[in-house]
Amino acid sequence: MRSVKSLKEIRRIIILHKRWDLIFMITGIVALMIAIMTFMALFAHMLIDGLPRLSWAFFTSFPSRHPESAGILSAWVGTTLVMLVTAVAAVPLGIGSGIYLEEYAPRNFLTEIIEINVTNLAGVPSIIYGLLALGLFVYQLGFGQSVLAAGLALALLILPVVIVATREAIRSIPVTIREAAYALGATKWQTVSDHLLPYSSAGILTGIIIGLARAIGETAPIITIGALTFIAFLPPSPVKDEFPFMSFEWLTAPFTVMPIQMFNWVSRPEEAFQLNAAAAGLVLVVMTLAMNGLAIYLRYRMRKNIKW
Amino acid sequence: MAEESQNKLVYAGKLGYSFRRHLHERFIETFLFLSAILSVAIMLAIIAMLLKESIVFFRQVSIWDFLTDTQWTPLFDDAHYGILPLISGTLVSSLIALLVALPMGTIIAIYLSEFAPFTVREIAKPFLELLGGVPTVVYGYFALLFVTPLLQIIFPELPGFNLLSAGLVMGIMIIPYVSSMTEDAMRAVPMNLREGSYAMGATRFQTAIRVVMPAAFSGIAAAYILGISRAVGETMVVAIAAGMQPNLTWNPMEPAATITAYIVQVSLGDLPHGSIGYQTIFAAGLTLLLITLVFNIIGHLLRKRYREIY
Repeated sequence: MRSVKSLKEIRRIIILHKRWDLIFMITGIVALMIAIMTFMALFAHMLIDGLPRLSWAFFTSFPSRHPESAGILSAWVGTTLVMLVTAVAAVPLGIGSGIYLEEYAPRNFLTEIIEINVTNLAGVPSIIYGLLALGLFVYQLGFGQSVLAAGLALALLILPVVIVATREAIRSIPVTIREAAYALGATKWQTVSDHLLPYSSAGILTGIIIGLARAIGETAPIITIGALTFIAFLPPSPVKDEFPFMSFEWLTAPFTVMPIQMFNWVSRPEEAFQLNAAAAGLVLVVMTLAMNGLAIYLRYRMRKNIKW
Repeated sequence: MAEESQNKLVYAGKLGYSFRRHLHERFIETFLFLSAILSVAIMLAIIAMLLKESIVFFRQVSIWDFLTDTQWTPLFDDAHYGILPLISGTLVSSLIALLVALPMGTIIAIYLSEFAPFTVREIAKPFLELLGGVPTVVYGYFALLFVTPLLQIIFPELPGFNLLSAGLVMGIMIIPYVSSMTEDAMRAVPMNLREGSYAMGATRFQTAIRVVMPAAFSGIAAAYILGISRAVGETMVVAIAAGMQPNLTWNPMEPAATITAYIVQVSLGDLPHGSIGYQTIFAAGLTLLLITLVFNIIGHLLRKRYREIY
């Protein structure tokens, strides 16, 4: 125990501690600034290099050996189709799983296993999902290196995000809402579908958007399943002239996606291709930032409006 | 009178046990259960798939060679299957990333949770979230074409591909994950603990370090473990900026391949299904999964040991 002798010494200690307080606060601001400045530098660097390449033709041309005429047509079409598969697969399964864990699941061993497992899945490196998809979807189930295999791989990857968002959104609804529904004779599913789901839709939507934003930027799992890096054609159109006006051939078509196109250009030594990479990266970042920004805005509005 | 009892019967029929409604409910419950159990199935499928191909691999290569050979050249004529060079690359780049991400993430979290005024927090938090949403391939581009040239000004002998710049950028990339989880954990600490500390005359810094952080330890440990998993499993930054040459080195100024970069390199080429090259990526993937699993178990034990309940 240190004994404090005089008032003067106490004052000295107070000043010393306050100085530490100030030093730490400045450190905190500096750390925050470093993170933000890095992001600014990244964005500015890409903007300077990439902006001159962005034109209408960049979006409507196929990749090419000539950097000036290369574009990202096949990449953004591929990304759109893969995201479609991912959303169709991950959304119902993720929401269903979230509802089960929050509303239906009995407190038992199996439920605990599922809960621990969802947490663990979120920590599995994305490239491992790629290996699973390569072994299971591409070869075992015979989907080939297709839009379908890539979409399902990314769906598995974002499943935990959707599950966690659904659970959090449903959990925040007070138990009185459920009791009121049961008191009026509603069944469990009527309670869920007529009350809990509509009230939690904004939260679930936020989770879905964040998940899809992550899936758009994922490169590693798609490289692993063997997406081609040079594709100068489009998958067959989903809309047909004659009956039944729809076609699912695109599901099995080879494809490329935006991050892979960018990776392909980055890894070339010629500087002209790296400018293309910057332009593709710019499109990619703007897309993910817009989605994340939408999610943040939705959450903000939700917090403001709902008062139980 | 007769009419009223007739009505009662009708209501009783509507409110009573209905087989169709029961079936409908059971059907939905089954679907929901199946989608929940799917996550367990995915985990099992991952383990089964990695084990299946790895077992075939380990029939041809002994585990001893795999763990002790210092060369990784499975695609050469003179094939060596020593995982050590890939592990060294993974550990060095992760270590650099964590040296950046854990201190900076923690400092930012403490600042935002204990020091920052409301408006700064409301602006900084979404900004950090956006930072975490940038695709990793973009960070790879940034490491190769911006950070490496910058570092070459300071260290002129630095090669174009190196672990240092990949690790630094990876660290910046992981900061948002660490800071947002750490901050959530610290904000969950009850206010009366802080008030007690302030009442004893502690400054904000002392309160943050000696009261709030120990109380939030289990959440902070979870954040660190997630950061470590991210760093070890990160693929595109190292594949782009650190080169893809397996290299047994602990020197961050050299190019080297990580486990993930090797998987990418093999996948880019066109290896036939069932060849030994194809099996190596599953053996490498299994090693990666085991490394992240070890960290997750440590984190789980730490959390259990130090969980604080209010």
